[in-house]
Amino acid sequence: MKAVYALYAEARDVQRVFHGLLAAGLPEREIVIISSDPIEEYEFSHRDHATWMYWIAAGGGLIGLLAATWLTRMTELAWPLPTGNMPLVTWWPNIIVMFEMTMLGAILATVVTLLITAGIPRRAAALYDPEVSDGKILVGVENPQDDLIAKIEQALALGGGADIKRV
Amino acid sequence: MSQASNRRLTEDLLRPMQQTSWRFWTLVLFLGTIVAAGLGTWFYQMYMGFGMTGINNPVYWAFYITNFVFWIGISHAGTLISAILRLVNAGWRRPVTRCAEVITVFALMIGAMFPIIHLGRPWLFFWLIPYPSSRLIWPNFRSPLVWDFFAITTYLTGSVLFLLLPMIPDFALIRDRTTGWRHWVYGKLALGWQGTTKQWHRLESAMQIMAIAILPVAVSVHTIVSFDFSMAPVPMWHSTMFGPYFVAGAIFSGIAGLIIAMATLRKLLHLEDYLHPVHFHNLGKLLLMMSLLWGYFVFAERLTVWYGNEPSEMEVFWVTQRGSFAPLYWTMVVCNFVIPFSILSLKKLRTITGCVVASCGVLVGMWLERFLIVVPSLSHKYLPYAWGHYRPRPVEIMITISTFAAMMLLYTLFAKLVPIISVWELKVGEHPFLLNVEEDRREHELWTTNP
Repeated sequence: MKAVYALYAEARDVQRVFHGLLAAGLPEREIVIISSDPIEEYEFSHRDHATWMYWIAAGGGLIGLLAATWLTRMTELAWPLPTGNMPLVTWWPNIIVMFEMTMLGAILATVVTLLITAGIPRRAAALYDPEVSDGKILVGVENPQDDLIAKIEQALALGGGADIKRV
Repeated sequence: MSQASNRRLTEDLLRPMQQTSWRFWTLVLFLGTIVAAGLGTWFYQMYMGFGMTGINNPVYWAFYITNFVFWIGISHAGTLISAILRLVNAGWRRPVTRCAEVITVFALMIGAMFPIIHLGRPWLFFWLIPYPSSRLIWPNFRSPLVWDFFAITTYLTGSVLFLLLPMIPDFALIRDRTTGWRHWVYGKLALGWQGTTKQWHRLESAMQIMAIAILPVAVSVHTIVSFDFSMAPVPMWHSTMFGPYFVAGAIFSGIAGLIIAMATLRKLLHLEDYLHPVHFHNLGKLLLMMSLLWGYFVFAERLTVWYGNEPSEMEVFWVTQRGSFAPLYWTMVVCNFVIPFSILSLKKLRTITGCVVASCGVLVGMWLERFLIVVPSLSHKYLPYAWGHYRPRPVEIMITISTFAAMMLLYTLFAKLVPIISVWELKVGEHPFLLNVEEDRREHELWTTNP
């Protein structure tokens, strides 16, 4: 992996660099910003907000509901177990199992979506600097085109005072 | 947040993981010994048979089921409270959430063990799982025990994930600050977390969805635990209000457990700068509200039974009001209502010490409440010739004590391996509320038009 990046202490500097990189012609999706905590107050952090996760969770819930309905109804008919004065397929008690499996489906779908969309677990090398854990904010570009590197470095310098690093 | 305060915050919260005193090992050894004794007692019970316990006709449920209900109740401290506070975006939740979520996971694990301990042949517990076996044995979905299995599995899975997901960024933080095998272990646990804006957004969306999903599950779990009782035609059990009554009791005991855990951590790990008196003050108000709610439920239940005057129920009623169980009953009322109400209703007394004293009372009171739901009803069923007595035997007492030690041991070890306060969430709480998006947008336009 090839990358150019710089570390900044203040989010406001990052905002300035972000604008600079956009102005240098870099598409927004190629700009990597890494921080040790979520920063909501600035425009650069508002990208990537849109997500299908809520719908996927609902879909997971639906799958859980259908699976539970199948599990309870089919097996109550396949292995008939007369209990008291109850019918073989007892919807009232089955609702409890169906509810739990619906929620389990939604929860598992959420977690799987998180892992896939956030790209974790990650095995391949990715742009990172341990100084991020000290509160620094990393701004960089992974695998930049050679002819853009000078412009990127120029934009990174807009943050002021940051060492520009290459890997 | 300045870099210096960022570093100080990180160092403060990671300190307990980096420094280990002899006190830690002494505590682990002490608690570990009790847990080992409890495990040994359980194996002894398995070897000798259930005759070693005081459980006998007609009281087939006693200490173990009391502990099951009690620990499942304690588990409501974490995920439920944390989810509510997350959804309403309560700023003061930040240092509290992980302390609470850990309680849920460990209390659920311990609670879920009790139906297994209670089985005569615990190694056959997997018969609860719906799988097509050669014996054509299939779980009866009409049995509340099977509902328990589904509810507890869902809640435990959800709670573990609810706890683990926000821990990933903290694992990454520890990965960057450690070397050797610790660096390797925490690196694996961090799953390659970088902290990109996309990852943060996805994590926050996931936590939001999990909080929404886990709330009804938490309520359902204790409702289903109450169904273990209310589905049976036993005096004082067959009640429509058992569901909400159990849920309220669970949240009540859960908050008490959380207050005690937080106060202990604050003292032992020197987290005074992060767990402030205001956190205890707010939790104390919640505890007071739950105490009043508990009092309301108990009054409603008792009044309805007394007014109905049904003979079998009145037997249980009087044996708890002024019979052999009366000392336990009135101790429960004092612990769950009189003590919390008199301490927490006065602002001056709603201090850390006051909250801890009230919480200790609540834990004792709620354990007694669970015991008084289980045993008096079973020992006074419909026909007097079937009445009986129950006296706990050393095996049951030892196993009960060891579960409290197990909870403390697991909590102690967890606090040693993972920051007990979520570092990144606390940092978010320190952000200045700039939200000057419009100004940034104008600056962006300026740059794009005239770089």
